[in-house]
Amino acid sequence: MNDLALLVAATLAAGTPLAIAGLGLLVNERAGVLNLGAEGIMLVAAVAGFAVTFHSGSDALGLVAGALAGALVAIPFGWLVIWLGTNQYATGLAVSLFGGGFSAFVGMGYVGKKLLERPDHSIPFLSDLPFLGVAVFRQHPMVYLAIALTGAIAWFLYRTRPGLVLRSIGEAPDSAHALGYPVRKIRLAAVVAGAALCGLSGAYLSIVYTPLWVEGMTAGRGWIALALTVFATWRPARVLAGAYLFGGVTMLQLRLQAQGVQVPTEFMAMLPYVSTVVVLVLISRNTTWIRVNMPASLGKPFVPGS
Amino acid sequence: MHKRSLLAILALGAIAAACTKKEEPKKAEAPAAAAPAAEAKAEPLKAAFIYVGPVGDAGWSYAHDLGRRAAESKLGGKVVTSFVEKVPEGPDAERVIRDLVAQGNKVIFATSFGFGDSMEKVAKDHPEVFFEHATGFKTAPNLRVYEGRFYEDAYLAGVVAGGMTKTNVLGFVGSFPIPEVLRNINAYTLGAQSVNPKVKTKVVWVSAWFDPPKETEAAMTLMDQGADVLLQNTDSTAVLQAAEKRGKYAFGWDSDMSAFAPKAHLGSCALNWAPYYEKAINDVLGKTWKSENTKWGVKEGVNDFVKVSDAVPADVKKKLDDAKAYLVANPGAVFKGPLVDNAGNEVLAANAVADDAWKAKVNFLVKGVEGKIPSGK
Repeated sequence: MNDLALLVAATLAAGTPLAIAGLGLLVNERAGVLNLGAEGIMLVAAVAGFAVTFHSGSDALGLVAGALAGALVAIPFGWLVIWLGTNQYATGLAVSLFGGGFSAFVGMGYVGKKLLERPDHSIPFLSDLPFLGVAVFRQHPMVYLAIALTGAIAWFLYRTRPGLVLRSIGEAPDSAHALGYPVRKIRLAAVVAGAALCGLSGAYLSIVYTPLWVEGMTAGRGWIALALTVFATWRPARVLAGAYLFGGVTMLQLRLQAQGVQVPTEFMAMLPYVSTVVVLVLISRNTTWIRVNMPASLGKPFVPGS
Repeated sequence: MHKRSLLAILALGAIAAACTKKEEPKKAEAPAAAAPAAEAKAEPLKAAFIYVGPVGDAGWSYAHDLGRRAAESKLGGKVVTSFVEKVPEGPDAERVIRDLVAQGNKVIFATSFGFGDSMEKVAKDHPEVFFEHATGFKTAPNLRVYEGRFYEDAYLAGVVAGGMTKTNVLGFVGSFPIPEVLRNINAYTLGAQSVNPKVKTKVVWVSAWFDPPKETEAAMTLMDQGADVLLQNTDSTAVLQAAEKRGKYAFGWDSDMSAFAPKAHLGSCALNWAPYYEKAINDVLGKTWKSENTKWGVKEGVNDFVKVSDAVPADVKKKLDDAKAYLVANPGAVFKGPLVDNAGNEVLAANAVADDAWKAKVNFLVKGVEGKIPSGK
């Protein structure tokens, strides 16, 4: 039983960066902008967050720095894609490559450095509960933040006026423009906010999850987060569930190994990606289902007055 | 159109900015891919090193770099060295090696198993250059291999682990299931069993030499399964730091990692390549270089178990010192019969001591190690 509790705990921790990045990308995509640069943004934020925490000694400051770094990288991306109308896929890939190289360059002085002792974040009374204590209540606050964020974003998108405006811009920017909403400014705001969340997730990786910096340390999590939004058909709660599923599969394969079960490790490692492809195939078979779920203007540039 | 010209200007501006020298952030002292400062005279021997990971890994590549620097300073002006770090094992390695040969290097050291094929190819094309491959096995008239007896260090770590474990479960974070790594797992287990016959070892494979996030996850998994003393064959400090976080024990691997985990660190299986690099360069300078397969260990000073923690009680320290003395007197004699693998087959007869040929073909896990060797990579 304890083993299962530990697996749940590990899954929650492993799924959190995916969930937060996935939610950021969800906000982006709901506004109609596809940001393929997630991996690069996460790396830049990871090195920025690590550097700030290393010099300041404060985790929180580092996490905020990561979010800011992500937002800063997204501003030129947003300007290029929204105002200059460049191809979103190509620009996003460029950001991704840039982020990887830039973070490696800037981070050269930080490889091999270590942060101060990490404090223990168990909640005093709840963490002693028999199963739930180990599974749920000994996590870093970011894990709870991810869950809270899911609820907050769902509430924002579906229950508030600004959320409705955001969604409408993603579905029919021309109509929103005709109603007088500043479509491009709102899209930029969504891109920046989404990238800030990706940055937060990247900083979480380098400050909390494995407190060190090494180039390429996100190891594809940005891409998994992108796949996650499709896998979750653009719904916040499903993004969270998908993130835990992906994180869980990774931890499960490690556990099976440690218990001596001979599982081809490459098979388990590719499972998240394969399952995403399977889901994509399944939902693509039904074009109506896609039309209903995918933001209609995703990936298309908006030019007012055209 | 207006937009297009704006984009063109932006692109040109980006290229211009990339070409001009910018204020660079503080980096670690050693530059990457450095050729030695242009020397006027052709006298000093040019030697080049390639590393599979970054020098800043505080592990495998760092140890090689320390050895390189020590050998260079010891030999004065007779040799000038350079290095290239983070060279991926594969076709790119061949390109880097050819490039180094073209730059005038007369001896090339490749410090990872996966560089073997590339070294072999370039050695064939350049019989005038000497090639030294660490942990490899392919040789040629101008290509030789050298290796530390890492399993001696793993054995010493096992002796300490056996004395320190409270759960009798040890953990090992493995990179790839090649004989070198399997020997280390076996030696670790045998060392522990020599002081505590009840120990078991669990292994998790991360399929990488250097991947701190994965190493951390693997370490956490092992500790969740009850392991309280961890050893690794991977190159970073992640496993040690994970053990520190959970209040368990671990060892430094390849270098002295005591600074990274004051409470969890029991000792470091440190490598000191300086003696070998000195010898190799002197071989070239003195024209006594010949193709051979060198294995140096505790006796020659290449392998050592350093910075033993104060947490280790005196009786365990004594057992460690005894084991060290034994290895100095009997280099490499870690695997003695009778040995049984964890499937029950006898792999070494009673009273036999394993020789190098046996050790090179290790493809099993000894009794006490749980799990099977993953097939494929």
